[in-house]
Amino acid sequence: MSADPLLSVRNLKKHYPITKGILKKEVGRVKAVDGISFDVAPGETLGLVGESGCGKSTAATSLLRLEEPTDGQILFDGDDIVEHGDADLKAFRRRAQMMFQDPSSSFDPRMSVGESVAEPLAIHGMRDRARRRRIVEDLLERVGLSAAAYDRYPHEFSGGQKQRIALARALVLNPDLVVADEPVSALDVSIQAEIISLMRDLQTEFGLSIVFISHDLGVVREVCDRVAVMYLGEIVEVADTETLFSDPKHPYTKALLSSIPTPDPSRRNEGVELSGDVPSPSNPPSGCRFHTRCPAVIQPEAFDLEQAEWRHVLDLRLRVERGVDASDIREFLVAEGEAPTPEEVPDAAVARELRREFDVPQTLSDPNAETVLSDAISALVEGEHDEARRTLNDSFSSVCERDHPELESTSAGTSAACLRVDTERRIDPPPTS
Amino acid sequence: MSDTAPLLSVRDLRVQFNTDEGVVRAVDGISFDVAPGETVCVVGESGSGKTVACESITKLIPMPPGEIAGGEVRFDGDDLTDASEKQLQSIRGDRIAHIFQDPQGALNPVYPVGAQIAEAVRLHSDVSKAAARDRAIDLLDRVGIPEATNRVDDYPHEFSGGMKQRVVIAMALAADPDLLIADEPTTALDVTIQSQILNLLRDLQDEFGMSIIFVTHNLGVVAEVADRVVVMYAGKVMETGSVHDVFERPSHPYTKSLLECLPGIGRSMEPIGGSLPDLTAPPEGCRFHPRCPHATADCRSGSHPELLEAASDHRAACVYYGPGYDVSAIRGDGEAETRATDGGRDDSHDSHGDSR
Repeated sequence: MSADPLLSVRNLKKHYPITKGILKKEVGRVKAVDGISFDVAPGETLGLVGESGCGKSTAATSLLRLEEPTDGQILFDGDDIVEHGDADLKAFRRRAQMMFQDPSSSFDPRMSVGESVAEPLAIHGMRDRARRRRIVEDLLERVGLSAAAYDRYPHEFSGGQKQRIALARALVLNPDLVVADEPVSALDVSIQAEIISLMRDLQTEFGLSIVFISHDLGVVREVCDRVAVMYLGEIVEVADTETLFSDPKHPYTKALLSSIPTPDPSRRNEGVELSGDVPSPSNPPSGCRFHTRCPAVIQPEAFDLEQAEWRHVLDLRLRVERGVDASDIREFLVAEGEAPTPEEVPDAAVARELRREFDVPQTLSDPNAETVLSDAISALVEGEHDEARRTLNDSFSSVCERDHPELESTSAGTSAACLRVDTERRIDPPPTS
Repeated sequence: MSDTAPLLSVRDLRVQFNTDEGVVRAVDGISFDVAPGETVCVVGESGSGKTVACESITKLIPMPPGEIAGGEVRFDGDDLTDASEKQLQSIRGDRIAHIFQDPQGALNPVYPVGAQIAEAVRLHSDVSKAAARDRAIDLLDRVGIPEATNRVDDYPHEFSGGMKQRVVIAMALAADPDLLIADEPTTALDVTIQSQILNLLRDLQDEFGMSIIFVTHNLGVVAEVADRVVVMYAGKVMETGSVHDVFERPSHPYTKSLLECLPGIGRSMEPIGGSLPDLTAPPEGCRFHPRCPHATADCRSGSHPELLEAASDHRAACVYYGPGYDVSAIRGDGEAETRATDGGRDDSHDSHGDSR
């Protein structure tokens, strides 16, 4: 990447207001994209990956200004397009195109394929109908269809063929940048492979830069030069594709990679399972946003617990913070046949059930931690909710929930936003004091 | 296959749809068995007939236009193809349960999830409302919904996609079925949630001892869950065998091509080329011959080849396993094994840095 980047995104944010009442008073914000930065070099393919809801599609639409970004800079060939007026924006959009996931809904069913593909040419001022037709016919052949497809309608084509047409439409203006949002996710594997190799060929031919958005890491590995991993509106790791796959640094990337099912039956059950769902972007967790699910979350220096044990203790604590009602557990134990009425359930059984629910061992390996935990659980069982919460919060808090990690370069020459990376000393095994 | 009698035995099943464009033979003479406690994966591309095959087992396909044109489906000894609607109703849910791709569509948005599970419980066993509710709480807990007691009165929209799929699984398990038919249950979910659901199904199978038919197009998922695999293409079974045999020594050219077009496992991807045949007028001979690199004159005429023995308990519908052919031309060999062992996970990727 010696050349200047074609696209350079700096601290891009897109927040959606949550409004309430007749005056549409803003009561909160969904921070779909919350300060991301990346570069795309000419001819390069950058992958944006993450689970649904991580903001990757919003990043795509805001970087083309299909939606107005809330904040940040988008430098395209040195010009900030956020500042552009209508005329400049139109000129920019001639050079940057988009491709969508669902090829069926991205075409007008009442326009012939040729008209759809030629429409961008007409919009950008090519008045000569015959010339438009010549260009489009040539392009349809280049994407592997026949020129005769020009006069046919979208419903006459299969999903894979429609995606070829979408590719032709994205290329008709000879753009420098294509933003492709899950372009192969709706296709069968065999068709996927065809579209991917077509995109790769055309990229070389047209010298395109591509921002490739996908949740499928297999596909990303196949097409991208570099990959940015997103979680809850932030980029947590950026690396060259092969480095990312062979030496992932961020615990989220590791978990994501290990949850891809591999076509090899002898390697079952090797993955790290991430517990829980992605939290809501309207109220993201403090500190590192991944700390609520992170298997490598850092434990306080005062304790020396097994990493998995610590994760479960923290799960329990985070849950208690949101409110756990001991009477619900009693009711559950009655349903299980433990006792005839909730009042008769012994306290010890409630404590046991609480630990079982969170996979916390009945006795922790660290005696100090065990003392704190059993105090807190007894308080909880007796209904002293605040007391339990205070005890847990005082002792079991992680640096990961206080400090927000920035993207820092790692030993593998990549960037990751993780406290374990940023303070090298914390790389496992966790320090003992 | 194990020595015990199969729980489900599908023989020469034919299902067709009578449409204005002609008769679509979506499933055209397929046979497979499911042993008790076994997981069989039916894998194929869209349009291969895998969903129709599985929905025909309990006649969930719309009839008309659908029609079971022949064959039999023996479940625990009884032929379901000529069972009455009443008999089928007593089997559906009770002994054979279905889970579908979209959990949203399987849940009623205006009732709490607990009530929906309790309804399924009461439909299949004669218990009081309170007992059914207790059972619903217990099932929600078993499928890994945290704080089941609290969430039993929540509505479907209060659950995330993965959690909804857990609720649907709880509902399917309400009557303790012998056979669970799961049609693409993880396709709509993120990879991280997918791996949670796959682990859950595996644990539940150990616990309940049911058989599972798992329909999917994702070969990675197949490798993760299957005991045996049935590969379908254009309404026919192309290959069947144990999961290890099929992945290590794929024996049908179609299976081989399907494995070769998987993206991102560290080697070059080979698209299959061509497209699925039109099922109103399938090609003569082998259904796969127009896309097969090894097709010979024998493949282009006559009827689709029978399933022939490729190895013990591993069969493929390909003329190369008949007399007068050299199998080594198409059979996966040692090369497949090495590939399988260095594919995939993070620790082994570095050796493939230059292979693209």
